Amino acid sequence: MKLTVASSPHIRGNFRTNRIMLDVVIALLPALAVGMWMLGIRALLVTLVCIVSAVAAEWLYNVITKTRNTIADCSAIVTGLLLAMTLPHTVPYWQAVVGSVFAIIIVKALCGGLGQNIFNPALAARAFLMLIWPVGPTRYTALGVDGVTAATPLHHMVMPALPEESLLDMFLGRCPGSIGELSALALLLGGAYLVIRKVISIRIPAAYLGSVAILTLVFHKTGSPVEWMLYSLLSGGVMLGSIFMATDYATSPATAMGQILYGIGCGILTVIFRYFGIFPEGVTYAILLMNALVWVIDRCTAPRRFGAKKGGAEK
Amino acid sequence: MKKHLFFGGIHPKYNKEMSLGVTAFQRITPSRVVIPLQQHIGAPCQPLVQVGDHVLRGQKIGDGEGLCVPVHASVSGTVVAIEPHPHTSGRLVNAIVIDNDQTDATMEPTPITAPLDQLDNDQILHAIREAGIVGMGGAAFPGNVKALSAMGNVDTLIANACECEPYITADDALLRSTPEQVLEGMTILRHVLKPSRVVLAVEDNKAAAIEKINGILKNYPGIELAVLPTRYPQGAEKQLIQALTGREVQPGKLPVSVGCAVFNVSTYAAIYRAVRLGTPLTERIVTISGEAIAQPQNFIVRIGTPFHDLIEVAGGLNEKTERVISGGPMMGFAQSDLSVPVIKATNSILCLLKDRNGAAENPVCLRCGKCVNVCPMRLQPLYMYRFVNAGRLDELERLNLLDCIECGSCAFTCPGKLPLVERFRKGKQLLREAKAK
Repeated sequence: MKLTVASSPHIRGNFRTNRIMLDVVIALLPALAVGMWMLGIRALLVTLVCIVSAVAAEWLYNVITKTRNTIADCSAIVTGLLLAMTLPHTVPYWQAVVGSVFAIIIVKALCGGLGQNIFNPALAARAFLMLIWPVGPTRYTALGVDGVTAATPLHHMVMPALPEESLLDMFLGRCPGSIGELSALALLLGGAYLVIRKVISIRIPAAYLGSVAILTLVFHKTGSPVEWMLYSLLSGGVMLGSIFMATDYATSPATAMGQILYGIGCGILTVIFRYFGIFPEGVTYAILLMNALVWVIDRCTAPRRFGAKKGGAEK
Repeated sequence: MKKHLFFGGIHPKYNKEMSLGVTAFQRITPSRVVIPLQQHIGAPCQPLVQVGDHVLRGQKIGDGEGLCVPVHASVSGTVVAIEPHPHTSGRLVNAIVIDNDQTDATMEPTPITAPLDQLDNDQILHAIREAGIVGMGGAAFPGNVKALSAMGNVDTLIANACECEPYITADDALLRSTPEQVLEGMTILRHVLKPSRVVLAVEDNKAAAIEKINGILKNYPGIELAVLPTRYPQGAEKQLIQALTGREVQPGKLPVSVGCAVFNVSTYAAIYRAVRLGTPLTERIVTISGEAIAQPQNFIVRIGTPFHDLIEVAGGLNEKTERVISGGPMMGFAQSDLSVPVIKATNSILCLLKDRNGAAENPVCLRCGKCVNVCPMRLQPLYMYRFVNAGRLDELERLNLLDCIECGSCAFTCPGKLPLVERFRKGKQLLREAKAK
């Protein structure tokens, strides 16, 4: 009998990378269902195009660079799915393909692969698409910043005016927008699932949404402060961004305090970009900007050393 | 009372019921014992006998100067060899090999019968030393030295029965069978150390033991039973002190620096037997468990019994056995040679099949941060791993790698199955080597 001599621990928990990725997919299904229900079958087709091209890009990269096949970790599925969630259902398929390939090859693989990328692949790809096929205020039908037509709720708020949709409609997703950002309810359900499954901690979404809520309450533009705040939280990509994008492991801090600061940073930037930016939406750029700060944030928010004086005298 | 908790921690599957089915202890008397001359932290013993000598059970056969406690023959018989022998630490350690004559002729015990208030500390500490008592929870620090360093410096005396490692039930079995020995041992050390608080700490997954203790606790006024919510690594010294008192032992310091002394419950029972029965440490309770052993149970085992003897009595190994571990599954040492003997600090022999959640072929860090959440020492394992691999000693210093207690919570939790503890041991070695230069 050959006994294995290896380092402790000799038992491990049943968390697995591909199980985590699968949980993210499951958590996005309600939002995808709402997208299909509101926008039709093309929402599903765009999603499938994104997923298939992301997985294919990963496979091709592995083949070309003669590296280990990494499809089994399921992360490419998540990247493709997340990108699709940010796109309007009217996006040309070939643009969806370009976005997926960009996300997998440029943003992820060339940075060292899973866990090594600095920027959120889905959001970076979305930003890339927006820059090459610029979508001025008149061209929202090509690739909306936030949605399909200039009539998304967020565009009203730029004017500023309250959207035509009721708060309930927006909560349920009965409004125009990108495939995955329509229904706050569906996204919150998915978020709750991820928190219960311990895939994500509630810290980043709570800090993100909390800071957006406080800022829009204090600096409300029109309507009653609470109404403005609720519309701000329900419109655009804040829900999708805070629950599914800002919590991406590779591009968010690992320390508890870091996660809170990062969430607050995303919230502040989102509101600033929305109020003062040239686009109506700020979520994509807010998160991408904060992505760049993750290592610095982690470094500055190391937990207090065990046994060191509270207050940090001993270092 | 204010409820304290320790930081981080995990909830592994405990599998403790496996070894608790057999309630009566079987005593094992091997045909040959191997008594390593070093079973403690400190200087090794020198042999006091020669090959060919006849020895009695309980006879002192090795002793030394300095930080050292003696070792005793655990059977009567003939010394057949004094030679380097495989040891659970993985090294070769000089050992005295005794062929058992099966008569169990025993040294005359030398109990101290006088009431405690007529005993002075030197007398008690001497008895503890002469009985060869070391910390039996795994660390194996000489008991008398620890007690001496705690004299006048502690206000809290702790008996550790957390036994937070999965599978192991040796302390549990001790508390179910002879809890009075533990409480008597605590009474003796209380007399020596004069603490204001004396606590027996148990995790709440040991209901039968807790009931037993509660039944006799009224006979021991002033001793407190603390039932703690089960969580690994509660039994780690610093974590237990934090959970019981809220105090944090500073980096590089000992528990005595925060006024605490912690001994394992088996150590207290051994102290009682040394002082009141006058018998040295020649046997202990050992759990033999795991999916790969036929009859998991607790045995009373003579020190020096080879692992394979115990495994045989427990029905033998499954042919698919992947690992045999001395200690627990989280911190124990995997063995390659089953002729290694049970030593004073051996609380368990675990026989495990291949772990289906085991190491990945290509471990990848997702940066999920779960390791940071579970670390009881508040470290950042994901960065430590990265910088060990990069050989960045300055960063490892900044990340306080040397604070790591190697509890394995991070590696247990890691979805990417990184070999975290293994790399941290390597990193610590690099840091120590760099410091030595």
